Amino acid sequence: MTGAVATVPDRTAGPGPAPLSRSRRLAGPALFVAVGLLLVAVAPAVLSPFRLDLLGKYLCYAIVAVGIGLAWGRGGMLTLGQGVFFGLGGYAMGMHLKLREAGPGGLPDFMVWSGVESLPALWRPFANPVFALAMVVLLPVTVAVLLGLLVFRQRVRGAYFAVLSQALAAAFVILLVGQQGLTGGTNGLTNFQMFYGLDLYQPGDKRFLYLVVVAVLGTMFLLAWQLSRSRFGQLLVAVRDGEDRVRFLGYEPAVVKTIAFAVSAGMAGIAGALFVPMVGLLSPANLGIVASLELLIGVAIGGRFSLAGAVGGALLVNYAKTIFSEESADNWIYLQGAMFVIVMIWAPRGLAGLAADARAAVRHRRRPPSRSVAAPIPSGTPSANGSAPPGSADPVDPARPVDDARPADQIEPTGVPAVAAQRGEEPA
Amino acid sequence: MPRGVRKPLVMAVAAALLLSATGCAEDPTAASGAGSGSTIKVGILHSLSGTMAISEVTVRDAELLAIEEINAAGGVLGKKIEPVVEDGASDWPTFAEKAQKLISQDKVATVFGGWTSASRKAMLPVFERNKALLWYPVQYEGLESSPYIFYTGATTNQQIVPGLDYLKEQGKKSIFLVGSDYVFPRTANKIIKAYAAANGMTVLGEEYTPLGHTEYSTVVNKLQQAKPDAVFNTLNGDSNVAFFKQLRSSGITAAAMPTVSVSVAEEEVVGIGPENVAGHLVAWNYYQTTSGARNDTFVKAFKGKYGAAKVTSDPMEAGYNAVYLWAESVKKAGSVEVEAVKKASAGISLETPEGTVTIDGENQHVFKTARIGLVQPDGQIKEVWNSGKPIKPDPYLKGYPWATGLS
Repeated sequence: MTGAVATVPDRTAGPGPAPLSRSRRLAGPALFVAVGLLLVAVAPAVLSPFRLDLLGKYLCYAIVAVGIGLAWGRGGMLTLGQGVFFGLGGYAMGMHLKLREAGPGGLPDFMVWSGVESLPALWRPFANPVFALAMVVLLPVTVAVLLGLLVFRQRVRGAYFAVLSQALAAAFVILLVGQQGLTGGTNGLTNFQMFYGLDLYQPGDKRFLYLVVVAVLGTMFLLAWQLSRSRFGQLLVAVRDGEDRVRFLGYEPAVVKTIAFAVSAGMAGIAGALFVPMVGLLSPANLGIVASLELLIGVAIGGRFSLAGAVGGALLVNYAKTIFSEESADNWIYLQGAMFVIVMIWAPRGLAGLAADARAAVRHRRRPPSRSVAAPIPSGTPSANGSAPPGSADPVDPARPVDDARPADQIEPTGVPAVAAQRGEEPA
Repeated sequence: MPRGVRKPLVMAVAAALLLSATGCAEDPTAASGAGSGSTIKVGILHSLSGTMAISEVTVRDAELLAIEEINAAGGVLGKKIEPVVEDGASDWPTFAEKAQKLISQDKVATVFGGWTSASRKAMLPVFERNKALLWYPVQYEGLESSPYIFYTGATTNQQIVPGLDYLKEQGKKSIFLVGSDYVFPRTANKIIKAYAAANGMTVLGEEYTPLGHTEYSTVVNKLQQAKPDAVFNTLNGDSNVAFFKQLRSSGITAAAMPTVSVSVAEEEVVGIGPENVAGHLVAWNYYQTTSGARNDTFVKAFKGKYGAAKVTSDPMEAGYNAVYLWAESVKKAGSVEVEAVKKASAGISLETPEGTVTIDGENQHVFKTARIGLVQPDGQIKEVWNSGKPIKPDPYLKGYPWATGLS
């Protein structure tokens, strides 16, 4: 495992791309453009407004997934409470829309039926559209920074961090439900018609909103991608795999983790803010433990070591939920469970891992042993990982980061049980 | 396992997932319209999974029974009713999504569905936006009257207010409020406090616990200290089991401190255990024991279809009625078109298991007889008081001077 840490300074000093063929270097961007075109041009043309709305909802979850991919896949922070940040962004936006609808001096509908007589001071600034937009990002980021600095400095990690984040989600839901007059209670915020001048009852305006969601997802994806191939991204992976060693090298892991955590929180907040007009309601059911776990499961199924996998997983899981429940209202939940189990048994690194394996197998066949050093290890089995010198010869490949599960494979600490135990997570 | 075996398996799973994904991606544009074709599609949207499933499945069963009976009698407008069942999964956004799906994909003529207020609030904008109809079968907290929802359960003046009137009549001067922490109990308690203030009752305390909560020793302690004449219970779901068990084991008897429950019906009594709740009061509009030939046929048909051990309850009966009321409105309108059905529905009167039920055209609620019942040791509920005649629905409590300022 020494190799993995030793490569960190190496990589950050000079991120020279490995010698790659032109086609391989372009595969990632090509996929990105193809998916983008599919979402922007094809989907609105072929899908009915109802289906397009659903796709828009899945894409909101995909934005959260990008953040989870960064925090969990790269940073090893198993965050079970991403719903909190989703909720902070969503409620900030939702309250703004409610206040706009109520007009100056008016009260949102849920306050009226909860017996609130004057607008609580807490919500007053949210009537300002700019303030609300800023809060969508600032609220989750601030909470994440405070929480991150607090717990990461105390070296809370692995399972303890996971439990803590989950408890946060539970507490947040109890708070929201208990403060019915302030937050709408279990009902949450419902019934939105206008969103920054868009009439959500009009299919045309809704289509425009969908395109906004696609654009935001694309931007967030590129941001996360850029971040994970930067020096910071290398450091993040290093912290994940050997936090103490990074500390001995003179870095402060708590800061590195906090930044990644805050970025993922900001993304979740933005996703929540888009979810509100897209779906038309937001309730504590969207942010609780179960909802947070569902977000995570999407990423796990898609492949947490790959940002594209995370996005694909979020889309697939939510799409499957819709379809299974439409096809079999009585038994869909078993079908969904079976899907999770099957994927986790046969593809522990998710579908992206599967794709990487398949590519590797093809390449292996086409071009036998001569390039074996640069070629990825064509397997996700622990034995293969353990026997390979982890990552020393093959730095993160900036040309193929989109769906590349390789660096993760190789830096996976399966050969070093002590580190794995510290991180408290399965060497998947 | 040898890789040769594993790899194809993995590929097969991936392929299957992809296939199932693309296979369902097509967009059925040729969905049969509600009015055309040989059947009329209606949506049934209740939670078939999650915490609410235990209650909502029974309502679905009652609605399917009504559809079956109407079809056996020849259907409506010469066509059979075809139910499309969806699962709301105890998740409010899912209710909204499935409602939209029923309306735009299945093109149903109407939807019967919902239980919790949260699910109704989530569906309301969907039905208003699409100008489609929802029949909501559960007693609720009032203060709502959507032009696209028919409310066949009780509003507050048909359940909670009569319950309070009964307590007042019995000379109860002090009450204690216990409820689950969500919209219905909180709004109900707001109304109860206004009533108490105007009627010389004192509210000694107000306690909320999260849905699904099962630890009630603190609440029971507070009850023992406050010693109210009666407890008004708006707990929902399994919390009632824990609450009544702990109440009984603490030695508080129904005679010393009766509770009035508004979310405990026959179905829940079975779950709580009749021995734990016998002697306590409930407020509803229908009991399985309600007398009348129409109820006898309903109970018999329900047991015949779903098993002799099944009980019938108020929300089930309200769901069952909803289907019949819709069918009557369609017959009168001569069409399933929403505006025509709405218009025809005003004043429709039907003999139902709870007695005569009439749709109030003004607010699309129904006239209902209020009934106070006493839980019997055998799990059935015996009526001890009723309002004599169906009460006109008043969702905003406009006819009650003490309630001004509530809405």
